[in-house]
Amino acid sequence: MQEIRTTHDAVRPKNPLRAWFDVRKRNLGSWAFALNRLTGLALTVYLFLHLAILSKLLQGESGWNEFLALARSPLFLLLDIILIFGILFHGLNGIRVALVGMGVGARQHRRLFWVLMVIGTLLLLVSAWKVFTI
Amino acid sequence: MAERKVELKVFRYKQGQTPHYDTYNVTVDENTTVLVALQDVRRDQDTSLILRHSCHHASCGTCGMRINGQEQLACVVKVLELGTPTVVVEPLQNAPLISDLVVDMAPFYDRYNTPEMPYIRASEFWPKTDLPDGIAQYTRYENCLECGLCVSACPVAGTDSEYLGPAAMAAAARVVAEPRDSDPEFALNWVDNEHGCWRCHVAYECTEVCPSDVNPGEAIMSLRGALTRRKFRRVFGLGK
Repeated sequence: MQEIRTTHDAVRPKNPLRAWFDVRKRNLGSWAFALNRLTGLALTVYLFLHLAILSKLLQGESGWNEFLALARSPLFLLLDIILIFGILFHGLNGIRVALVGMGVGARQHRRLFWVLMVIGTLLLLVSAWKVFTI
Repeated sequence: MAERKVELKVFRYKQGQTPHYDTYNVTVDENTTVLVALQDVRRDQDTSLILRHSCHHASCGTCGMRINGQEQLACVVKVLELGTPTVVVEPLQNAPLISDLVVDMAPFYDRYNTPEMPYIRASEFWPKTDLPDGIAQYTRYENCLECGLCVSACPVAGTDSEYLGPAAMAAAARVVAEPRDSDPEFALNWVDNEHGCWRCHVAYECTEVCPSDVNPGEAIMSLRGALTRRKFRRVFGLGK
């Protein structure tokens, strides 16, 4: 790529947190963009938390049983629902971004978002029912 | 005409000083635009206020700024239609600040000033000319005012200083769609990198704020589509 001047501003240095998450006065795409990043970061943290919890298995049966008792508490189940929301939103919005990026539904990207979110809400409700009843 | 008093809260910056906001009381009527209100402030209250403008009718694209947090052309935004007692006026984002409401547009224009993407191109078809077979209608690709609102609103431009940005990539998409004497392969190669069309994350804020219906978001997606098709052709040995 040829040399071009950057948009760096010494007076107002770039602030990723503000650029990504300041969605005041922004539109649907920015909300989806911000939530996609937030869920992406949260799922990355969850992955490491998950591995840390699995290490409980190294403490033998009693250590794992202690964790299972905690995992069946209502608060923990609520965290499961939040996790499922993150997975569904990130996955379904990712599908939208991939499709639009390939030129599929580029003009209907808002409609595509809402269709996928309706599917996601239904899956979330079914998942929540399963989590609290099994 | 009914007049009302409104507060203008204006971002101020002079080189070497700390940025801050100054508030001015202005009297406006239903026809007063933000640009005219700012000019009134400059004429009657504070001659040190620096702003850029030219045509007053959304044609030149020089008065782009953030008005109540949204990128707009100040010349066509009426103060009272904003519906707020205080109107916050700030310079565009993602461009180096020069003074008050004026940013350095040179990095923005750099992205246009690229070989095979010239400012001046062969003339448009005459609108009343007969359409060739297979063409439903001619689409104008050169509506862009080069106002920079799209780059200011783009969350990716807010993090990547080398991002080519929506306006320049809309121009590249124009070259690909209608090359005339340009080389579409050059434009495709130009955007095919981590600071180009693959960096976009489909927030579509560029399209939302564009005052000229250029639809840069869709243009970037069309570049991705063209590059994807090109990569498939190359993988399966179907030409370049």
